[in-house]
Amino acid sequence: MPAFARYLAPLLAFLALAALLYKGLDIDPRTIPSPLIDKPAPAFKLPELKHPDKFISNADFQGKVTLLNVWATWCVACRQEHQNLVLLRQKGVDIYGLNYKDKRPAAEQWLQQFGNPYIVNAFDADGRVGIDWGVYGTPETFVIDKHGIIRHKHIGPITLNAIENEILPLVKKLREAN
Amino acid sequence: MIPELGHFALILALCLAVVQAIFPLVGSLNRTPSWVAMARPLAYGQFVFLAFAFAALVHAFLTDDFSVMYVAQNGNTDLPTIYKVSAVWGAHEGSLLLWVFILSAWMIAVAAFTRSLPDVMVARVLSVMGMISIGFLSFLLFTSNPFERIFPAPLQGGELNPLLQDFGLAVHPPMLYMGYVGMSVAFSFAIAALIGGKLDNAWARWSRPWTLIAWMFLSIGIVLGSWWAYYELGWGGWWFWDPVENASFMPWLAGTALIHSLAVTEKRGAFKRWTVLLALLAFSLSLMGTFLVRSGVLTSVHAFASDPARGMFILMFLMIVIGGSLFLYALRAPGISRGGGFGILSRETLLLGNNLLLIVITSLVLLGTLAPLLYDAFDWGKISVGFPWFNSMFVTFTPLMILLMGAAPLTRWKHQDGAELLRQLRIALLISVAAGVIVALPFAAGTWAAGLAVGLSMWLLTTLLTSAWRRLHHRGGLKALAADFSSRGGRSYYGMWFAHLGVAVFTIGVTFVSQFDVQKDVRMSPAQEVVVNGYNFRFDGVKPHQGPNYVAQRGTIRVSRDGREVAVLHPEKRTYKVQTKPMTEAGIDATLFRDIYVSLGEPLGGGDWALRLYYKPMVRWIWLGGLLMAFGGLLAASDPRYRLRMLAKLSGKPMPSDTLTAGGQA
Repeated sequence: MPAFARYLAPLLAFLALAALLYKGLDIDPRTIPSPLIDKPAPAFKLPELKHPDKFISNADFQGKVTLLNVWATWCVACRQEHQNLVLLRQKGVDIYGLNYKDKRPAAEQWLQQFGNPYIVNAFDADGRVGIDWGVYGTPETFVIDKHGIIRHKHIGPITLNAIENEILPLVKKLREAN
Repeated sequence: MIPELGHFALILALCLAVVQAIFPLVGSLNRTPSWVAMARPLAYGQFVFLAFAFAALVHAFLTDDFSVMYVAQNGNTDLPTIYKVSAVWGAHEGSLLLWVFILSAWMIAVAAFTRSLPDVMVARVLSVMGMISIGFLSFLLFTSNPFERIFPAPLQGGELNPLLQDFGLAVHPPMLYMGYVGMSVAFSFAIAALIGGKLDNAWARWSRPWTLIAWMFLSIGIVLGSWWAYYELGWGGWWFWDPVENASFMPWLAGTALIHSLAVTEKRGAFKRWTVLLALLAFSLSLMGTFLVRSGVLTSVHAFASDPARGMFILMFLMIVIGGSLFLYALRAPGISRGGGFGILSRETLLLGNNLLLIVITSLVLLGTLAPLLYDAFDWGKISVGFPWFNSMFVTFTPLMILLMGAAPLTRWKHQDGAELLRQLRIALLISVAAGVIVALPFAAGTWAAGLAVGLSMWLLTTLLTSAWRRLHHRGGLKALAADFSSRGGRSYYGMWFAHLGVAVFTIGVTFVSQFDVQKDVRMSPAQEVVVNGYNFRFDGVKPHQGPNYVAQRGTIRVSRDGREVAVLHPEKRTYKVQTKPMTEAGIDATLFRDIYVSLGEPLGGGDWALRLYYKPMVRWIWLGGLLMAFGGLLAASDPRYRLRMLAKLSGKPMPSDTLTAGGQA
């Protein structure tokens, strides 16, 4: 073994790191999971979209399995997924909305036009609650269990496939759990 | 025309960089003095061309030349002049231009302030810096040209991101880059020394002031970033463990380790391999930070322009620079002589302990930053690394580090008698334990965390005072202070003193603001009053307000305590004309011991607004501590002994002969 072999360790460590970074270039960073999984949903209190003088907070989620869908009218992918949310609602899933960095009239018109799958919408005009929730793009959907713990985060539009294989089985499982 | 000249200047700078990377280095190896002598003029030349290119881009912004795509994207006629200038580095291409411009500034600083060093050494250092310059200039020219034109030119620009239209953020990137890029000087010195195969005390002494100055800028840059996040993002946090923040924090940690390790190498000739490795590491982490920010590998609130092609380029560059330098290290390390030995209890051991702790923390920050990537790459499932993980890591290692930090300045080099050390430390120990216990008692702060923090800060303070007292006692008491301050090695000592004091101040700030801040979300009608932590907040409504390039809703909140008015705050919600992004401007009343912080939420109809009210104790101490550390770095860098050789040369005394040892076995 040549004398310098002992001192190759830093180089080898760096090469391993570089290989990881190389692989990272191909990975879509949007699939990076939320640090909030299995943590209590961040506390918030926001005015409702329709009734600015009424407030909605975490307390509204307690005791049932809910979805919190982050959406905005300026978001094209949200329009894509909207009909699937309506479908989810028809299948009896409780969906709350977080209307993110949006305008009230635009959002209300959207709901009239495309249907309203939401029990109620929270209005987060400057996206501050979105920041607490680690939202970095719309749409995003959180699945919250009966105890207000975030169990899953779906990034990007909810597809039919995601409904069948991801959302519905999880909601069923969480409803059966204590 | 001027943008084209700017582009051309960049190309010329690249040509000079190529020459600078090759000739002085080759000349230093085959002993061709004329090639060695090329190093300095080439560095000056590069600086001139890059300064011209930079000025050309500034000019394009000032004259609203929207035919330049970068200006069209980030400039706007309505921008206040200061933000037209800072818009130059407000996005990817321009900030990269700032990066290379600063690199060339460091190069001419090296060229100008190393007259006393052997020419061969300087030639090699500048050659290595030239190589780095090649990498960044070609990155700029081939993937991110800031002078690209668009046709037809739009009539109005897209405007600088409103988040960046702020004084703190106008000066934050240049400071940070001064730090990042400054680490390239220590890196280049290390590579030059490895090439020559001669790592000695002189090398450590030459590297130290450069490292200190770079570290100072990095500290200021990080403090500015944290301060900005605090008042601009509107939710009162000051550090978010965001990947991009971590990217600036890791080189800082490694740089801190390097400063201390360099001290040991200079004074005792020990830790040579370790020091040289740290010098490589500190700059490598700076480069890695650039990669993480620019490649889009990690998501972050800083989300800059990200592009996989750029990521690939930087990764290749990292492979060459970091991989190459670590390979050189592996080749040369066996030939590096061991330094002076030292006992189990000695200043060397304590410094080594702290060095290891700093590197452990650096590795953990790196691991935490890359963990999502790591898990994704290996399909290990999901992982969450957030605040709690980083914080618990910090709470674990920092107390240990502070304990060592307090004792080290009182410990002798080489060998220290344990009983003697304990005797010197007992008063400090007694005071700090007592202070900690008192604070932890229920009638005071009442939490063990506050007690621990106060105890540790007291420990730093009392040991620093003990050490200063002992130092001055030997030199003739307090009246010797001025003489000691300007003596050889004096400012190094007092620099350490202030930097360590900064750590004490920082610790207090962090602990108190995390333990005792009070936050209240309220709905308020005009003339309504709310009490938070003894302060009475009276809401006097919201009025429209017209800014230069935004319109704002401007609230008025009168804060009083015991009937006396403390402050009138004006939090704002701004809407910028072009980007129409709503921005919050917090209203802050700052004093040394507490901040009162109000941010405006949503209008709730009928003149009612949602408001966030905060009481934040000691939050200023966080940044004050950081600034003290930076001041310490500056003081230490100005130590007269770094200039002695220069003075000796000026006065015509003989210098040790230049070394042209090409072999590695020193």
